[in-house]
Amino acid sequence: MQDKNGMNSKTNEKKKFSEIKGFSSFTSALMAIVIGLLFGFIVMLLANPNNAVAGFRYVLLGGLGRFGDVLYFATPILMTGLSVAFAFKMGLFNIGASGQYTMGMFFALYVAFMFNLPPSIHWIVAILAGMIGGMLWGFIPGIFKSLLNVNEVITSIMTNYIGMYLVDMLIRSNEAMYIPSMTRTKYIPQHVQIRSLGIAGSNVNFGVIFAILIAIVLYIILQKTTFGYELKATGYNKYAAEYAGMNGKRNIILTMVIAGALSGLGGAFAILAPSEIIGSSMTYEPINVIAVNGFNGIAVALLGNSHPIGTIFSALFISYIQRGGTLASLVGYKPEIIDLVISVIIYFSAFAAIMSSALGRFITRRNKKEKIVSNTQSVGNIEADINNKEAEK
Amino acid sequence: MNTIYYLVQNMLPVSIPLLLVALGGMFTERSGVINIGLEGTMLTGAFAGALFAYTIQGSGLSPNMILLICMIVAAVAGAIFAQLLSFAAVTMKANQVIVGTAMNMMMPALILLISKMFFNSDGITTNVRYFIREVPVLSGIPVIGDLFFKNTYLTVLIGFLILIISTLVLYKTKFGLRLRACGEHPHAADSVGINVSKMRYIGVTISGILGGLGGYFYSVGITDGNINGHNGVAGFGFLALAVMIFGQWQPIKIMFAALFFAFLRTLAYSIPLIPFLANLNIPTDYYKMMPYVATIIVLALTSKNSRAPKAEGIPFDKAQR
Repeated sequence: MQDKNGMNSKTNEKKKFSEIKGFSSFTSALMAIVIGLLFGFIVMLLANPNNAVAGFRYVLLGGLGRFGDVLYFATPILMTGLSVAFAFKMGLFNIGASGQYTMGMFFALYVAFMFNLPPSIHWIVAILAGMIGGMLWGFIPGIFKSLLNVNEVITSIMTNYIGMYLVDMLIRSNEAMYIPSMTRTKYIPQHVQIRSLGIAGSNVNFGVIFAILIAIVLYIILQKTTFGYELKATGYNKYAAEYAGMNGKRNIILTMVIAGALSGLGGAFAILAPSEIIGSSMTYEPINVIAVNGFNGIAVALLGNSHPIGTIFSALFISYIQRGGTLASLVGYKPEIIDLVISVIIYFSAFAAIMSSALGRFITRRNKKEKIVSNTQSVGNIEADINNKEAEK
Repeated sequence: MNTIYYLVQNMLPVSIPLLLVALGGMFTERSGVINIGLEGTMLTGAFAGALFAYTIQGSGLSPNMILLICMIVAAVAGAIFAQLLSFAAVTMKANQVIVGTAMNMMMPALILLISKMFFNSDGITTNVRYFIREVPVLSGIPVIGDLFFKNTYLTVLIGFLILIISTLVLYKTKFGLRLRACGEHPHAADSVGINVSKMRYIGVTISGILGGLGGYFYSVGITDGNINGHNGVAGFGFLALAVMIFGQWQPIKIMFAALFFAFLRTLAYSIPLIPFLANLNIPTDYYKMMPYVATIIVLALTSKNSRAPKAEGIPFDKAQR
């Protein structure tokens, strides 16, 4: 409806409209964040009024002193966030990021333990293996969606569980990588770990740089390539895109495979991260629990408005308040409060976009009315006005 | 024969949460709203029910009386929680999938938060024993008595009662007809004077009630009346969505779908007790994966002639033609 208005009005108004649209997606995210944080503050007040202010200060500012950790914990959720966001652009809801992430972890672990490669390339191969694992797990919902028209939400939820059970089983049965007495995998050899960035007091590594670069590449793919254009066109209107000769079926599979690859890379970055403590590393615990980072990725993507660059910032933001939430436990609050805040943010971001686009529409209409008064009425303006009135109804 | 009795006795309490929640999903989708948030709704019901059971467990009421009271609490809690969806999806015309996802994220966090603050644990543990070893008189019936009236829970009976009521409501009442119209063609419904928004609010509320009940029955029949925020309801809300699609949005077919999934799950957890399967020496993880693999296969086979309500997921806009 908005696009119709934009197309019908004159070019200068079109420009103004696009300004407001960009503005509104930012304000809507901001609006949702403010509401979510306020909600968190109220919960803190209810739980323990005496420490609420101190706790809330930790949530808001606690991340500042731990910037390395913010980057470190942002890496996996940035990748799963990109995965969900990329599929969203096509109109697909990739709720299966968890399964793809877990598969990515397993493939990376497998290469790390079972392959004998020169140290200089071993870690690269492990990362790529993680990507392939994710691709494989993204391919399943993709092919079921495109060939058999099975809803991707259900298949990807199922692949989450299948992936989790499968990986747990494979790891438990593999003596080379699993220590039964500690219910976790062995430490990964030093040379397979991703190089640390060397920030004291945190495990932050080159993974975060790779992740940001990947986000930028995705942005370019979406904005500058035919494939990206087809993807977005299919997301806006499937039938129109098909009528224009775009191969919807192929694009669905491709999108899900790429989304899977992104989540898989996230898993690889997470499991191959170095540890501050010499001789240790990240480990995987096969305890039949679905990877949380996949679901956090959904939050990241939604908050970032499914835009690759926006996703970078939302991943940093969520990681930031999560660090703050961990610190809030110093004054007796539970870190779960942050999950609650994030879910409230997501809830409101679902219709904050609608609220602020209504706001945007209101502003455009007022601008137009002013023009009508000052200028002699042009045909384009009248048309736009009629359209607006129709939209109002 | 004993193995069959055992499987059926264990399968029924598992199938009831799936059945109820899938029926709830059916009611919302038939009214035109997609409810991904069923997992969260189930958790709400399970938590509210268990919390209430915890507070009244010392009052000397019989376990089944407690069950009936907590059932109502769970249903009310589910209905209230579902208003988060109806407000966002119907009034604010928001993306229903996003709202549902937010609801699913909200509940585990809330449960963990409350239980950690007030109970110093990850959830609520009650000591009410809902288990019924034998139903008097009825368990004496040969075969049927063994199948349905031994080693069971009251939830099974209530579940099937709700199934019958749901079928009647959906197909035999004016309300059911109107609800279905809103999911198929809301504008046609609107043109003959049906209040589409109201019907959708009611549809979502019913799913809240049934989702809450299903969640509480999950905690009764599967986790011994306890609930914790980490495991939650083990994805039953999502499985119920698959059951609903497999059941083609029709109550009786949904029942068979729920029984099918419950059977696979029960089988996966009782392999050591079945000599034939235990001798095959296949790791139990394969069996645990089976319900999920079966879902994908079944959906692949049935999706070609899917009977999804036509207007589901699309916010109703009066001005649209």
